[in-house]
Amino acid sequence: MARAVTPARKATVTVFAWGVGLLIFFPILWTILTSFKTEAEAIASPPSFVGFDWTLENYSTVMERSNYFLHFLNSVVISVGSTLIGLLVAIPAAWSMAFVPGKRTKDVLMWMLSTKMLPPVGVLIPIYLIFRDTGLLDTRTGLVIVLTLINLPIIVWMLYTYFKEIPVDILEAARMDGASLRAEIIYVLTPMAVPGIASTLLLNIILAWNEAFWTLNLTAANAAPLTAFIASYSSPEGLFYAKLSAASTMAIAPILIMGWFSQKQLVRGLTFGAVK
Amino acid sequence: MATQHSKSAARFMISPAVLLLLGWMLIPLSLTLYFSFLRYNLLMPGTEEWAGFLNYRFFLTDPAFFDAIWNTLLLVGGVLVITIVGGVLLALLLDQPFWGQGIVRILVIAPFFVMPTVSALVWKNMFMNPVNGLFAFLAKAVGLEPFDFLAHAPLSSIILIVAWGWLPFATLILLTALQSLDSEQLEAAEMDGASWLSRFFYIMLPHLSRAITVVILIQTIFLLSVFAEILVTTNGGPGTATTNLTFLVYAQSLLQFDVGAGSAGGVVAIILANIVAIFLMRMIGKNLDA
Repeated sequence: MARAVTPARKATVTVFAWGVGLLIFFPILWTILTSFKTEAEAIASPPSFVGFDWTLENYSTVMERSNYFLHFLNSVVISVGSTLIGLLVAIPAAWSMAFVPGKRTKDVLMWMLSTKMLPPVGVLIPIYLIFRDTGLLDTRTGLVIVLTLINLPIIVWMLYTYFKEIPVDILEAARMDGASLRAEIIYVLTPMAVPGIASTLLLNIILAWNEAFWTLNLTAANAAPLTAFIASYSSPEGLFYAKLSAASTMAIAPILIMGWFSQKQLVRGLTFGAVK
Repeated sequence: MATQHSKSAARFMISPAVLLLLGWMLIPLSLTLYFSFLRYNLLMPGTEEWAGFLNYRFFLTDPAFFDAIWNTLLLVGGVLVITIVGGVLLALLLDQPFWGQGIVRILVIAPFFVMPTVSALVWKNMFMNPVNGLFAFLAKAVGLEPFDFLAHAPLSSIILIVAWGWLPFATLILLTALQSLDSEQLEAAEMDGASWLSRFFYIMLPHLSRAITVVILIQTIFLLSVFAEILVTTNGGPGTATTNLTFLVYAQSLLQFDVGAGSAGGVVAIILANIVAIFLMRMIGKNLDA
């Protein structure tokens, strides 16, 4: 910014921007605060912001009563598992398309993307019936399979846009200097590819963690990840705001933290490289 | 460099991904298409028979179908308007220099990372509940009757909940696009006496148009499939007031066990999504050439 900004203007913008930011963030903040209240305080009128007796009781109740740890573990296994398998399949594919592009490469890429446009509800019934007949309903394996497949196009695309930016010249230079193919891969390519792979990994764990169509439709008690577990709070019995808040806070905290790390990659990953 | 050898190696490396996606597309799609022509109810196994276009006639003449189409359009349109207008304004704001930019950016982006079931339940109970919700408290504080959002304005409430989750996405993309705008161009226009409004309409908005199109297309793909927010807040009701196409197909097939009609609905959903997808693919494809 070459233009000088007067301190008064900067102060005004600061106040305004913080106000708007806090307003948008408020539902999350309120959930976190409520999770530390008792149920009675959670619905007290007028509501209190910080002047209540802070308690951890909700967290222990949620963990004891509802097998919270199982659902948390399911979320971890499903999101990390599907992302790792996806990467395993996508890295060679994206690699070859970026470095040995053929006439068809663009068509293949576009076709892969088109599978992402398929509305899940269009294939819900066959998948449901196939899962029922093969015993995959309500299993982690089943969800890992589905989430791997629905996120595979995004993984391939993200990796492709990153790999595409690795200059090919540098490989030729390494070869001229007498590097073997193995040395080329280990010392030249890998260090340049790792950041792209890492951000792809991060974004896809986030997407898989929050996926709430297949996880709700294909699981019951055993394989339900946190998305489905939280949904069970939709028919409440008795006082439950504080417990809902505690369960929600635990469900979103890991992903909020990962999300903040991956915010720069988010744009590129979700627009398939159309906006950088 | 691309020898015959490296080409066949490339094909070998690409094939697992292609085969997996091909299977994922072809098998369920052809089954959905097949089921849509069958009289097939999960409660009466073994009685499947060819039904021709009966399921389509049933699904497409069901009054719930028109409600669902209308609700789907309102939901997608409403969320798009809120997120695009809000996103442009927020992007303009966050592009200004101020203290604590990084932190405010994080606060604004955060809702995108909240899983749909959590955001829907938090909004439904802690904000929109007519007795214990925060909105009810605010209404009473200024002497108004508390409003039962999900009973009296169910679709608008769901639009609000979904828009809250997508606003960060629009903001982030528009902000990224705005930051790639050449500031010298703006300064030149300013020196020539262009007002802020004309700078916005003649320089910034045209520059953003591409990013806005991308936001519209990508969000539409996702918004056509909104499901969890409806399931945990209103369950499609009252009546069919919040049933969108996705939810209708789900209800038809997994609640009423009518696989045939549900599949016909699935085919309709695929066709609708494809119309949007064609435009999106064109935009992305153009970018690939550049």
